[in-house]
Amino acid sequence: MNVVEYISGILKGVKSLLIGMKVTGSYFFRPWKIVTQQYPENRKKDVKWFYFLPLWKAHGKDTPAERKQIVMLERFKGELIMPHNEKNEHKCTGCGICEMNCPNGTIEIISIQLTTEDGKKKRAIDKHIYRMGMCTFCGLCVKTCPSDALAFTNTFEHAVFNRTKLNKVLNKEGSTLMKGVE
Amino acid sequence: MAFSFSIYDFTSFTQWIDKSLYAAMPPFWALIVEMVIIGIVFLGFYALLGLFLVYAERKICAFMQCRVGPNRVGPFGFIQTIADLIKLLLKELIFIKNADKILFNVAPFIVIIVSFLAIAAIPFAKGLHAMDFNIGVFYIMAVSSMGVIGVLLAGWSSNNKYSLIGAMRSGAQIVSYELSVGLSLITIVVLAGSMQLSTIVEGQRDLWFIFKGHIPAIIAFIVFLIASTAETNRGPFDLAEAESELTAGFHTEYSGIRFAFFFLAEYMNMFLVASIAATVFWGGWMPLHINGFTGFNHVMDFIPPIFWFFGKSFFIMWIMMWFKWTFPRLRIDQLLTLEWKYLLPINLVNVLLMALIVLMGWHF
Repeated sequence: MNVVEYISGILKGVKSLLIGMKVTGSYFFRPWKIVTQQYPENRKKDVKWFYFLPLWKAHGKDTPAERKQIVMLERFKGELIMPHNEKNEHKCTGCGICEMNCPNGTIEIISIQLTTEDGKKKRAIDKHIYRMGMCTFCGLCVKTCPSDALAFTNTFEHAVFNRTKLNKVLNKEGSTLMKGVE
Repeated sequence: MAFSFSIYDFTSFTQWIDKSLYAAMPPFWALIVEMVIIGIVFLGFYALLGLFLVYAERKICAFMQCRVGPNRVGPFGFIQTIADLIKLLLKELIFIKNADKILFNVAPFIVIIVSFLAIAAIPFAKGLHAMDFNIGVFYIMAVSSMGVIGVLLAGWSSNNKYSLIGAMRSGAQIVSYELSVGLSLITIVVLAGSMQLSTIVEGQRDLWFIFKGHIPAIIAFIVFLIASTAETNRGPFDLAEAESELTAGFHTEYSGIRFAFFFLAEYMNMFLVASIAATVFWGGWMPLHINGFTGFNHVMDFIPPIFWFFGKSFFIMWIMMWFKWTFPRLRIDQLLTLEWKYLLPINLVNVLLMALIVLMGWHF
């Protein structure tokens, strides 16, 4: 190592350290760049935000009200649901593919035999039981469902006081199979 | 002697306490009472400063990392550190079965006592100076380098491989960086012509040493900042506790208030180092005076010296936090390379340069 390399090495090192310090230092003086969201407060839009510094208010473009409201993404797998249309019809035929595909045994389908008008026997669901406490939200049930009867919503606040409250029946009371779905 | 108090000059106030104590009781007891008063003042100061610094560090590092930091306990999270302290006080002190009992218990106290000893020599403001040694800089250097004994004992007595590795790293680190700290202070001692901290501060009445000594003083300050950060075992030199490699390094086995002692000592050492840097390089409690600008000097004099001192100290601590939360931790070989191949040679040349500048009178 000659002297030129030694000194240029020092200067290069100092320069790269200063670049790093510039990044953190600039964040320190720009508190409106903070990305942390305050969870219970950001559920509602009208809640009084705890302003840490007046700088936050002063910065026009990225106003606190906009960053405050929590935005859950469309595709977030929060809870399994069975979509029903306005006539209280769902698409589940009770085939049991979701039950077979579930790695945790989260889903249980209780089916009944119905007799159609022309005298044929047909399987339909009595209860589509979803035990959320056992669900890992892998999405295999939604993916494998042949009639797209299942979906995920992005709700995420599922805390309850009793584990049994996590067992849900997905098909609504008195719902029937949608016409045209076999 | 009549009571008088001025925020600009504490001399008459401390003299008043001294005189009235000696008038009230025999000299021996007056001395004891004075010592106790100073001890209590420092203890209270330590507790408050420790709480404040922990809070400040958490908030500052949060802002540097685009986070909010503690903000739930009390307004702005102010009470967070008090809650942490209460938690630490209430926690169980776990005794390690195969630990060396005496050393294990003594180690945290050594670390704390060392920073207590060193802070006695720091001039906080005019007349607010517990002990004005004529070898103040040397005393601080000598005392603060004993802190490593506490760290080594803690690591050794814990009977734990992580603790031992942490302690050994800390030993290698502090022995190396002690040289750079000493030499960078000597650079300024050469300029000041004295080791007495009150004389050093007085010598900066016309201009602070960092400006007076220009190039070598600035180099010495940077080297001091790096080396003293290493000496206080703070990031990016926190190899002794390296939580990603050694769980918590030398204080892995400590719990409750004894852990808090190590934790407090880290912040105290940081304050100590920052106040030494402020005193030696940036004029301590001396306001910013520029030779010849009488009006400007008068305006600066309106700010009380104690605010100057704490302002400078906190600014230097902010810089130390800044690079703690920016740079990744060094490896042990990188650490030693930095000291022995870079800082030490630069420092030696720097002392020589300063001596030349002082001899030729090239300083301001």
